[in-house]
Amino acid sequence: MFAKQQAIIIETEAEPVSIHDLDQYRGVWIFAEQRSGRFPAVVYQLLGKGRELADNLGESLSAIVIGTDMQKEVEALPGYGADTVYYVDHPLCATFNEDIYINILVDLIRKYKPEIVLAGATSLGRSLIPGVATILETGLTADCTGLEIDPENRLLLQTRPAYGEQIMATIICPHRRPQMATVRSNVLKKPAFNPNARGEVVSLNIEVERIPRRTELVEHNSEGGESDYLADARIVVSGGRGLKEGKNFELLQRLAKLLGGAVGASRAAVDAEWIPYRHQVGQTGKIVNPRLYMAFGISGALQHVVGMESSDIIVAVNKDRHAPIFDIATYGIEGDLFEVIPALIKRLEGEN
Amino acid sequence: MNIVVCIKQVPYPKDVKLDPKTHTLIREGVESIINPFDMYAIEEGLRLKERYGGKVTVLTMGPPQAEEALREALSYGVDDAILLSDKAFAGADTLATSYTLAMGIRKIGDVDIILCGKQTIDSDTAQVGPGLAIRLNIPYVTYVRKIVHLNSKKIRVERIMDDGYETIDLNLPALFTVVKEINEPRVPSLRHKLRASKTRIPIYSAKDIGADIKRLGLNGSATRVINVFKPQRKRKLEWIEGSVEEQVEKLLDRLRTHKIIG
Repeated sequence: MFAKQQAIIIETEAEPVSIHDLDQYRGVWIFAEQRSGRFPAVVYQLLGKGRELADNLGESLSAIVIGTDMQKEVEALPGYGADTVYYVDHPLCATFNEDIYINILVDLIRKYKPEIVLAGATSLGRSLIPGVATILETGLTADCTGLEIDPENRLLLQTRPAYGEQIMATIICPHRRPQMATVRSNVLKKPAFNPNARGEVVSLNIEVERIPRRTELVEHNSEGGESDYLADARIVVSGGRGLKEGKNFELLQRLAKLLGGAVGASRAAVDAEWIPYRHQVGQTGKIVNPRLYMAFGISGALQHVVGMESSDIIVAVNKDRHAPIFDIATYGIEGDLFEVIPALIKRLEGEN
Repeated sequence: MNIVVCIKQVPYPKDVKLDPKTHTLIREGVESIINPFDMYAIEEGLRLKERYGGKVTVLTMGPPQAEEALREALSYGVDDAILLSDKAFAGADTLATSYTLAMGIRKIGDVDIILCGKQTIDSDTAQVGPGLAIRLNIPYVTYVRKIVHLNSKKIRVERIMDDGYETIDLNLPALFTVVKEINEPRVPSLRHKLRASKTRIPIYSAKDIGADIKRLGLNGSATRVINVFKPQRKRKLEWIEGSVEEQVEKLLDRLRTHKIIG
């Protein structure tokens, strides 16, 4: 169907950083992703952790922002711990484009040589950062839940779950730089804002229009909006087969709204087409770890559990006292969700 | 149109156990499956072929027994299968894996579309797809939930991001990682099963794909796993009893104590 000249060509690739040059790499960087001109919670959480790592190393913390028209948000970042904020402000950076973002990040990393680069394990972070790490021929650890500095050799110890959360692994990147990791939302604490913090914002002038772009965003549809930011949510209210039909998800929507949370679902509920796939929590959906996870009418099949088991507090409501979801729950209510949810809604509405 | 689907054979995600002495995974007696997300990539490859013509090749890197996963893929109707297998590939992290797969694809030659699952369920990194596209110098789109249309060499896809859907246009060749929502995989047909059992599956070594030995397997990996352990689950279940009103009251009290609600 397609002509011969479209054959794939392997580009000449960069050599990895030689072991002798490792010392040239200094400081900690946070890629501060933005969506629609705002930072998701994980950016502030990364700044808190980044500050701690930088202090342990005796180095500085920098944040890199690629976006446009967000001067106010950018100027607040030193208050959360950044010594320097590198800000690339260009209309072409408003939305995520792999070629543009990768080019900018790779160039800046080559120029400023940070020893550590962290980003959120969001859909944007997990799309962008692997491209950057591959071009730089360096190590990348996905979806970390723990980060610390080994005091003996200054290496970043990166801990992450694997095998569907059943084991944890600690990973290092000993001989290449930077050491790169994506970090899960909500495993780190957001630092307090310090209005007296000192830090500078450096605006970088990059001719973004000269970067070749091979993909073009035709449309962005933020269906569900901010409250449905499942991966980033502090509270997730989920429903399963016990909800019996799609319209009953409206009950969960109301509860989620009252709690300021997002709505999740089990595979059974998604397969029954009661709610779109992007709400699915579990092995073939999203992995979430909010402060509070509420499971209504979810039996707790392994495939679901691996997607939410690391939540801080798990509340399970189920008619079946022997449902496996109770094995991992903090609080269990054996009961009818069609009684419990309305009672919760009534009580919370009464408070507001 | 030439379509390549990259797949991985993974342990069935149940009862992953660690050897208490060596802290390594116990692999004996563990059933293997095709990574579930790759099933959607295989199905999408077959659907593209049915709509636009061409050929679907599945590619995997793994030990000799990964051939089982390729035979299974053939039973769904895939045309060809290739196994990249060599002791030198062992211990590869995502950087070395994407290099090896890229060299394998280069050996296949002209490729228009590469499909991968969004991530594997054993290591969950979602890094090999983008890394492979970078090494092949082709554009990529992750988390694709729909291939909208394809004409001449232009393709339009829809992806899922944390904050909604994006519609994206690009030119082929390109790589896509797909999510479950994209399709519903078919079951194997008897005809294809028969063919699968007879199809010869070429096994390519490091030398066959012209790979630089320094960039393969553990040697070519930037990362090292230094410790593996079972996560600590500190949770202890507390049953909340009483009438529904009492249960709700008690639950909200607990959540206030945890400072989850105000």
